[in-house]
Amino acid sequence: MIIALELGLLYAIMALGVYLTYRVLDFPDLTVDGSFTTGASVAAVMIIAGVHPILASLAAVVAGMAAGTVTGLLHTAGRINPLLAGILTQIALYSINLRIMGKANLPLLRQTTIFTPLRENDLIGTWVSVGILALLVTVVMLVLDWFLATDIGVALRATGDNEPMARSQGISTERVKVYGLAISNGLVGGCGALVAQFQGFADISMGIGLIVAGLASVIVGQAIFGSRTVWIATLAVVLGSVIYRGVIQVALNVGFNPNDMKLISAVLVVVAMVLPRWAPLRHWRSKRRARRDASVAGEVAV
Amino acid sequence: MLELTGVTKTFFPHTVNERVALRSVDLTLTEGDFVTVIGSNGAGKSTLLNVVAGRHVPEQGMVRLDGHDVTKQPEYKRARIVARVFQDPMAGTAPHLTIEENLAVATVRGRGGGLGLAVTRRRRERFREELTTLELGLEDRLTTVVGMLSGGQRQALSLLMATFLEPRILLLDEHTAALDPARAELISRLTTAAVERHHLTALMVTHNMKQALDMGNRLIMMHDGEIILDVDSAAKEGMTPQTLLDEFSRIKGAVLSDRTLLQD
Repeated sequence: MIIALELGLLYAIMALGVYLTYRVLDFPDLTVDGSFTTGASVAAVMIIAGVHPILASLAAVVAGMAAGTVTGLLHTAGRINPLLAGILTQIALYSINLRIMGKANLPLLRQTTIFTPLRENDLIGTWVSVGILALLVTVVMLVLDWFLATDIGVALRATGDNEPMARSQGISTERVKVYGLAISNGLVGGCGALVAQFQGFADISMGIGLIVAGLASVIVGQAIFGSRTVWIATLAVVLGSVIYRGVIQVALNVGFNPNDMKLISAVLVVVAMVLPRWAPLRHWRSKRRARRDASVAGEVAV
Repeated sequence: MLELTGVTKTFFPHTVNERVALRSVDLTLTEGDFVTVIGSNGAGKSTLLNVVAGRHVPEQGMVRLDGHDVTKQPEYKRARIVARVFQDPMAGTAPHLTIEENLAVATVRGRGGGLGLAVTRRRRERFREELTTLELGLEDRLTTVVGMLSGGQRQALSLLMATFLEPRILLLDEHTAALDPARAELISRLTTAAVERHHLTALMVTHNMKQALDMGNRLIMMHDGEIILDVDSAAKEGMTPQTLLDEFSRIKGAVLSDRTLLQD
């Protein structure tokens, strides 16, 4: 199960990116499938060329941000529907990713990656690597929490929450959306770079269907842990990512084959979206909420 | 300070649904004017506000604010000097943000914020102070999510967000129409108080004739995209909703007969 923890924490960075667009900006961004592989290919090519793996990973973040900016501009300047803007960038990136890599698969096995120190000391798959990944994800999460509490971050949240209000309050909602998409895909690209280094190769198909994994993490996590404040919401996304990888691991252990995982992911997302709306469960939750609110009933409505 | 000259706005031009919302409207507001706008549905009241706010760009005419031509300036750029409260209490606030975060958005209105924290101790102090003027106890609920507030509370918050930075022009678009009488009364009272406290220049659309007469120092009546009546403070004093209605039928009758004559 440690492998599920490691992968869950690694992919949590991508899930935080998906949270930023899907939940905060209310923009279902499908660029993710492409920008993840873009990050992985950029990092892989640079590492093979001898660039320091940390620098290569940062370059992957920048490449992801560029991809997100394209989707953002397609939507804001080009007035293309959000879903379509994402799909267009994603498809275009497929060709670009092949150009970057030069072929469909780039092995990194004999290269020095950021995980080499862990691998050489046989620490991959132990609690040490889990701890280090948890630390890394915590830092990313806290930086995102901080960003969402700044003036620009609050403007981003207001834009996703009530766009006409944001505009009437002087927020350039178009610019803010481009920022949000760039940051989101920067996280996704960085995550692609880490995953490529962790698994020892970059592959043209590694991003396919990834958006579903991201959505599953966001939706499952927030269905369980809630999203009352930003920091609860981001923590829920990270835990959701770990839970998602756990479910996948269990499915593999009981004998499903890896090709079944896309179906299982999709079913998981559907269940997580439909179940909270199922009447008996809703009834139970509203009763629980009523009991909690009874204690704060002193507040009188105007 | 606000000057509209020959402003014309047509919706769906060159189609069967073509509708002229404003016909060459001229309107000048001087500093401190609080103008109430009345008129039947489709008279062009909301379009007038939308043109001033920058949501609609007129085909003809010019909008000037403090002498600057802002006719084509986008809404978000004008927000520093033009603030607005909408009819829908849900429209002016972000429901999933807390009261203090909504106020933080209003604090950097039109300036665009940087990477500083949106809610600092100093700002929080200021928010608490400003919220106290609403007398709704919201100053003790800064971290409550706005979606949990009632319509009246949300509208009061919208009004505060629109006024506390002292915009050059305050636009009120039937902002009490969706509330029950008691809350409408409260919002009207808060509006008058805010306008007086900050010496604002305001344009208020309303369907309520009594409200239009009670509030403000000037009243205009619109019909079919034109301003058909402009009453100053002194003349407004003696008027009742009935005299206003009589006036309306008289002018409307005249306008209609003019048109009929023209068509002959």
